[in-house]
Amino acid sequence: MSKPTLAQRPTVAGSRLLSVGGVRGENLVPNDDIVGPINSSDEWIRQRTGIRSRARANGDTTVKDLAVGAAQDVLAKASLTGSDIGAVLVSTVTHFEQTPSLAAMVADAIGATPAAAYDISAACAGYCYGIAQADAMVRSGAAEHVLVIGVEKMSDFIDPTDRSISFLLGDGAGAAVVGPSDTPGIAPTVWGSDGGQAGAIYQTHSWLDYRRAELGEPVPTDTPELAEEVSQITSPTLRQQGPTVFKWVISSMPEIARRAVAAAGLELSDIDVFIPHQANMRITDQLLKLIDFREDVVVGRDIADTGNTSAASVPLATERLLREGQAHSGDIALQIGFGAGLVYAAQVVILP
Amino acid sequence: MANSNEEILAGLAEIVNEETGLATDAVQADKSFTDDLDIDSLSMMTIVTLAEEKFEVRIPDEEVKNLTTVGDAVAFIAQAQA
Repeated sequence: MSKPTLAQRPTVAGSRLLSVGGVRGENLVPNDDIVGPINSSDEWIRQRTGIRSRARANGDTTVKDLAVGAAQDVLAKASLTGSDIGAVLVSTVTHFEQTPSLAAMVADAIGATPAAAYDISAACAGYCYGIAQADAMVRSGAAEHVLVIGVEKMSDFIDPTDRSISFLLGDGAGAAVVGPSDTPGIAPTVWGSDGGQAGAIYQTHSWLDYRRAELGEPVPTDTPELAEEVSQITSPTLRQQGPTVFKWVISSMPEIARRAVAAAGLELSDIDVFIPHQANMRITDQLLKLIDFREDVVVGRDIADTGNTSAASVPLATERLLREGQAHSGDIALQIGFGAGLVYAAQVVILP
Repeated sequence: MANSNEEILAGLAEIVNEETGLATDAVQADKSFTDDLDIDSLSMMTIVTLAEEKFEVRIPDEEVKNLTTVGDAVAFIAQAQA
């Protein structure tokens, strides 16, 4: 007797971004307010990074508050409510609970229960990873509308005395709603990882080592520096090898960007808007030199005021371009995220 | 294909000029990238990346800190091409 055939959901022709939005930390913190502990200056930070200020949230604002704020913004812009959402994907590295996921709590807070909900760990590429997954979910019929959020409250994670990365970082949440479309609005994602370079952007020590040190248990460490760090029972924080990351981005991401444009069936001259992860203005400027966009391509430069908000930076830069009228609905945008992992993802989208 | 030291120096001078605007004849073998040419770490990484492409060599990140002068870079590239 033959086995029965399984049912599969019919696929949907296309998907697109229905809305993009977000919220930033309530306070714009100028360079002068953070240079003391790192023995730096406003001029040095501007020259090295293009940053004038970074958005930092109030102490009692939570990463969930930021995520819910962004969710409410994009739901309103798409004229949808929480109950229309079939899946919630939240990318973050600053949700300090192993479980439950931030996505499940956000889904509940916006009235999306019982939507599928889970977190993504892809650092600064997380939003673009989320868009890749949302596109696949909508077109496979797994969910009709998917809410993608990139959110960070980096101020809970940074070390004010760190000269490698902390002074770049800001707080915020950016989001998009992805839904069905008669015409293609999200081109194939070009993405990948290189875990061999996990040490380029890293956490000083694990939460497990922190727990062991606190309990007075032996902490296995590879280096005397790490042993010293752990012995002080300081909570883990972020560091990066800045020049190494810079070189990786400018030597590898131009090709990823060109492949994403080719995957969309387009030429570089078709791209109206370029929205790179807001890592450092110097990186954005160098990418522009190395990728042959049109001279009038509009470029996301939200970092100057908002700082580097990791997973939130691409949607926040998009939100700003649309709000300020620099980019418009229907424009063809190339967005690219890259960061700790190392991981990256790029895709061409039609702006909502 | 291997380049002569003169060709490597001229190529590096073009890259430094492109990145910093410094005149190509200011880029001499005895000049220090940081002290004489005022090149910061990110500009140095740009120069290294462009030099890797131009001369078809690999310059490991950990090697970059040893390239104090323009001459050090010329010598490293020449040896890597050999």
